[in-house]
Amino acid sequence: MGNGAIALGALAAGVNLVAGYPGTPSSEILETISKYPHDGVHIEWSVNEKAAMEVAAAAAYSGARAMVTMKQVGLNVAADPLMSLAYVGVKGGMVIVSADDPGPISSQTEQDTRRFADFCRIPVFDPSSPEEAFSMIKDAFEYSEKYNTPVLFRPTTRVCHAYASVETPEYAGPKEYEGFVKDSKKWVIFPRLSFANHAMIEKRNVEMGKDLSGYCGNTVEGGNSKKAVITSGISYAYTKEYLKDYPDIKLIKLATAYPFPEELVLSALDGVDEVICIEELSPFIEEQVLKLAGKHHLQLKVSGKLDGKVQPSGELSADKAAVILSDFLGTQCANSGYNLSDAPALPIRPPVLCAGCPHRASFYAVKQAMKGRKAYFCGDIGCYTLGNAMPLDMVDTCLCMGAGITMAQGFHWTDSDGVCFGFVGDSTFFASGMTGVANAVYNNADMVLCVLDNSTTAMTGHQPHPGIGRNLMGQIVDKVDIAKVLEGIGVKKVVTVNPLNLDASVNAVRECADIHGVKAVIFKSPCIAISKPTAKCTISDKCVQCKKCIREIGCPALIISNGKVTIDSGLCTGCGLCSQICPVNAIGGGADE
Amino acid sequence: MNKNILICGVGGQGTVLASKIIAASAMDEGSAVHSAETIGMAQRGGSVTSHVRIGEAYSPLIPGGTADMILAFEPAEAVRNLSYLKKDGIVIVNSVPVKPVTESLMNTGYDGTEMVAYLKNKCSCVVIDAKKICEPFGSSRYFNIAILGVAAGTGRLGISKETILAEIEKRVPQKFIETNKAAFYAGYEEGKKYEA
Ligand code: SF4
Ligand code: SF4
Repeated sequence: MGNGAIALGALAAGVNLVAGYPGTPSSEILETISKYPHDGVHIEWSVNEKAAMEVAAAAAYSGARAMVTMKQVGLNVAADPLMSLAYVGVKGGMVIVSADDPGPISSQTEQDTRRFADFCRIPVFDPSSPEEAFSMIKDAFEYSEKYNTPVLFRPTTRVCHAYASVETPEYAGPKEYEGFVKDSKKWVIFPRLSFANHAMIEKRNVEMGKDLSGYCGNTVEGGNSKKAVITSGISYAYTKEYLKDYPDIKLIKLATAYPFPEELVLSALDGVDEVICIEELSPFIEEQVLKLAGKHHLQLKVSGKLDGKVQPSGELSADKAAVILSDFLGTQCANSGYNLSDAPALPIRPPVLCAGCPHRASFYAVKQAMKGRKAYFCGDIGCYTLGNAMPLDMVDTCLCMGAGITMAQGFHWTDSDGVCFGFVGDSTFFASGMTGVANAVYNNADMVLCVLDNSTTAMTGHQPHPGIGRNLMGQIVDKVDIAKVLEGIGVKKVVTVNPLNLDASVNAVRECADIHGVKAVIFKSPCIAISKPTAKCTISDKCVQCKKCIREIGCPALIISNGKVTIDSGLCTGCGLCSQICPVNAIGGGADE
Repeated sequence: MNKNILICGVGGQGTVLASKIIAASAMDEGSAVHSAETIGMAQRGGSVTSHVRIGEAYSPLIPGGTADMILAFEPAEAVRNLSYLKKDGIVIVNSVPVKPVTESLMNTGYDGTEMVAYLKNKCSCVVIDAKKICEPFGSSRYFNIAILGVAAGTGRLGISKETILAEIEKRVPQKFIETNKAAFYAGYEEGKKYEA
């Protein structure tokens, strides 16, 4: 996998420390490192991206090679240290992997990490395949050390999750490093330092752009055609899939969109009348080419997103690239596949909470407790965002990591009649929930915090977090107890319940809703994808086919088969939620029997 | 050998293991392989696909109209991805539907038969009843291995059955190896009937 290639590339480069926070499509990078020999390398899931960035920064100040991994929205969380770090610089190589997600396939935004590079004035590397990602990580470390700057590394989902074979050398261990040398003029950021370094950085970037013009990842292929194509990252693979049949077309591939390798592009565009920029997310390269054309008075027509030739948003594909390129070049675009205009209507399949997921029970309990009352349900990022689906319909808002808790407070200030709920998962609670709770207590808000504690970071592939008692180094560590944290912050009432016990859960929510101040219900039950319960429930012939179970909770294991309500034994985990809802007690089995 | 194989289904059906086995087997036989799969939110009961490209390829995703074979774990998913199929490609499809929760709620009557009928009429396809083929093994869980057997049996996968069996042995837990092998053979016999 591309993420595996990044991990192995970093190990081959002698990385000393890797820190990250899980997020699709980046999570497998750290996981791969943990599975391969990495003696002497410190690896950690940090509580959030900001923490990861700062841990790594200190390592890089000490001359060690450090890598940070996250998804693109994680870079927003880590933006504060990154901006300053760009000014201060590093000694050992520091590579920040921020995985972009065109589509978006599993993200809140379609932001472009290359913009961050420009914004922070630091270089960005953009691999086009897993193979290239493997070797490019080492280059990124080398450029980082050569110019004493943190470096961004930006793969996209289709590179992260693509598989290819790479040859890896035997692990030679981490790099030797000098250690931290105190020098407050260098490592303590003050306006004076920022002023001086800003000037130095702008000058350096011009030099670096020249240097990168000779970088092996920036290439020019094809002949001396009047029409040329510029592309980068996975879009190169899509473009190449089409241009392999047109080897005379000039194809410029840029692995470093910033600093822009101006000299290389300028000479490659010599004799070219028209160029199209094929890229995902923002028209970053296109804007650079337009600037270049303006600066050098080139007679050049520049196409891409800005003139509507390339779609402004969403993912590209080999097929889309073929359409764009055939239109640009006036060539054939033969998709010889089936025409499916006569296909029957397809069922839609929105993602749903798994059968037996304890989150379903938690949401249902809150829903029952608030029946007939005005309430706001502020959701958050994680599997439990799926609580929005019918029939639960329990997520009124979802903004970003940790926002559920704070938004619940905002709703309270705008409507004191409603009961305001903030939902947060255990991993998200540690990542960015705790400060929100302190905010509520301090500002005397009225809210019910629902911590959906399933003892894992489920959505991204079950990474451990501070509440679990195990870390990525394989050590057994003290658990950070969520209930104690809440009590410590000053939450008035903290109740822990098992969500699979419906009555107890409903009562806990009702009780908390009626007290003034900040209250919390911790719904504690393990993620079924980890605990893998083997119990099953079945429906007896007492069933009157009222379908209440299906209508109320939407468990995927409850299906209608041959006209009858049935439990799919392949999916059911015997959680027993449906059996507590059935009005005629037709459902039996499960863990209790 | 250049081959494009698309595996599709619903999150949780075991498509990923099937695609990993195909990719690894092709590599064992000395081919270059590129592949890609759905990871993340869609794994929770959404539509999922894995693309395996054997031989020369740039895009990790199969371009439309170029798949030699589609292994569909669910009938509607086969139709959803049919635009990837080459005109002379083949679809191996499980006739047992996975009904989305929305379907149970709204009762639209989706049961897969319409999809299977459409496929049969449209392209060359092998229809497998996962329940039936997995019956001797006690769980439809083995379908992902059985369908590999069918694919190998048709002789159109371009990978020998011995290589695939060796990969299965490497990738499934010890105590399930025998059952998985039996599932593979059950599929293989079925696939033989459609040998080109
Ligand atoms: S017991 Fe009921 S609610 Fe729980 S997994 Fe089984 S069918 Fe679904
Ligand atoms: S709620 Fe009970 S009686 Fe009603 S359909 Fe479900 S199992 Fe049958």
